[in-house]
Amino acid sequence: MVYFTKFGDFQFDVLREIGNIGAGHAATALSKLMQKEIDMKVPQVSIIPFDEVADCVGGAETVVVTVFLRVEGDCPGNMFFILDLDSAKYLLLQITGIDKDVYEWGELEVSALHEIGNILTGSYLSSLADLTKLNLQPSVPALAVDMAGAILSYGLIELGQAGDFALTIDTAFFEGNEQVKGNFFLIPDPESLPILFHSLGVPFDGDY
Amino acid sequence: MEIIKIGMADLGVAKPPSRLRTTGLGSCVGVVLYDSTHKIAGMAHVMLPESSLAKSGELSIGKYADTAIPHLIQLMERAGASTRHIVAKLAGGAQMFAFLGNNDTMRIGPRNVEACKMALKDAHIKIVAEDTGGNCGRTIELDATNGMLQIRTVNQGVKEV
Repeated sequence: MVYFTKFGDFQFDVLREIGNIGAGHAATALSKLMQKEIDMKVPQVSIIPFDEVADCVGGAETVVVTVFLRVEGDCPGNMFFILDLDSAKYLLLQITGIDKDVYEWGELEVSALHEIGNILTGSYLSSLADLTKLNLQPSVPALAVDMAGAILSYGLIELGQAGDFALTIDTAFFEGNEQVKGNFFLIPDPESLPILFHSLGVPFDGDY
Repeated sequence: MEIIKIGMADLGVAKPPSRLRTTGLGSCVGVVLYDSTHKIAGMAHVMLPESSLAKSGELSIGKYADTAIPHLIQLMERAGASTRHIVAKLAGGAQMFAFLGNNDTMRIGPRNVEACKMALKDAHIKIVAEDTGGNCGRTIELDATNGMLQIRTVNQGVKEV
């Protein structure tokens, strides 16, 4: 908790704007891929106990399709692109023409979704890197179809060593008639936050 | 029948007819202890192997294998269990994203399992069943009446150990 106690409204606004810019670029990329309009909600920046992180996507036991990548460089953290099962199926159909349930996916389908996740999270991170002038290096993406709690807890390991709370920047997006719904999650490592704020010229603590 | 939910980095003790439940175990390990003579059950949702990894002053006991297990045993003894009757079952410790295997943080699942086994060995508690590793998430539920552990996964359905 050490790292978050001193945040005022201004710091939260800055983090929300980071989510807005990152997810905005990712949503544009998705919109181009699908050739459909994509809307997004106002990013939610929350400091929550570990248990509640999975609640943002429907609870620890909800089965989700997730592309995960680790961000290395100046500002390490974890990035998740999360879709529910129906959305993942529909997204794949729209982009590749493959009509298969998630449980029937083979190598080709998994690889296609990997690439979609890679493009979207890549646009999120590169816009963030442009904004902050920080060096952000995404790892190769990994895909998992499993319980949200099991997947998201991977993003909490680093944080777990420093406290019991996670700072998440969560942006939900949806295609015009809600056939594709998903979330981008950015969970910075605790030591990344001062670096992130510093790069933007924002004081790390106190109300502005 | 009451179901007691154990959150991440949490632990708890139950008596019949209650059940202990923890959801969405990924790299975390669900440590389940049971004294069948006194019918006392305990469960911990361990997140990290060693408390020496902690970077901040305040320590959350339930988070680390080496602090959670001794504490859980203590709680069970206080509830009337005796250590020599306690046996253990383990579930979880998966590697959700296989390719990231070289990185120490990403190998956390197997490390958690090893640390739990070590802590149980130190406490002279026998492991009677284990469903660890792999790459799938698990939800577990322990029945305090008979010590039966139900393990649910997305792809392999439900099994009991």
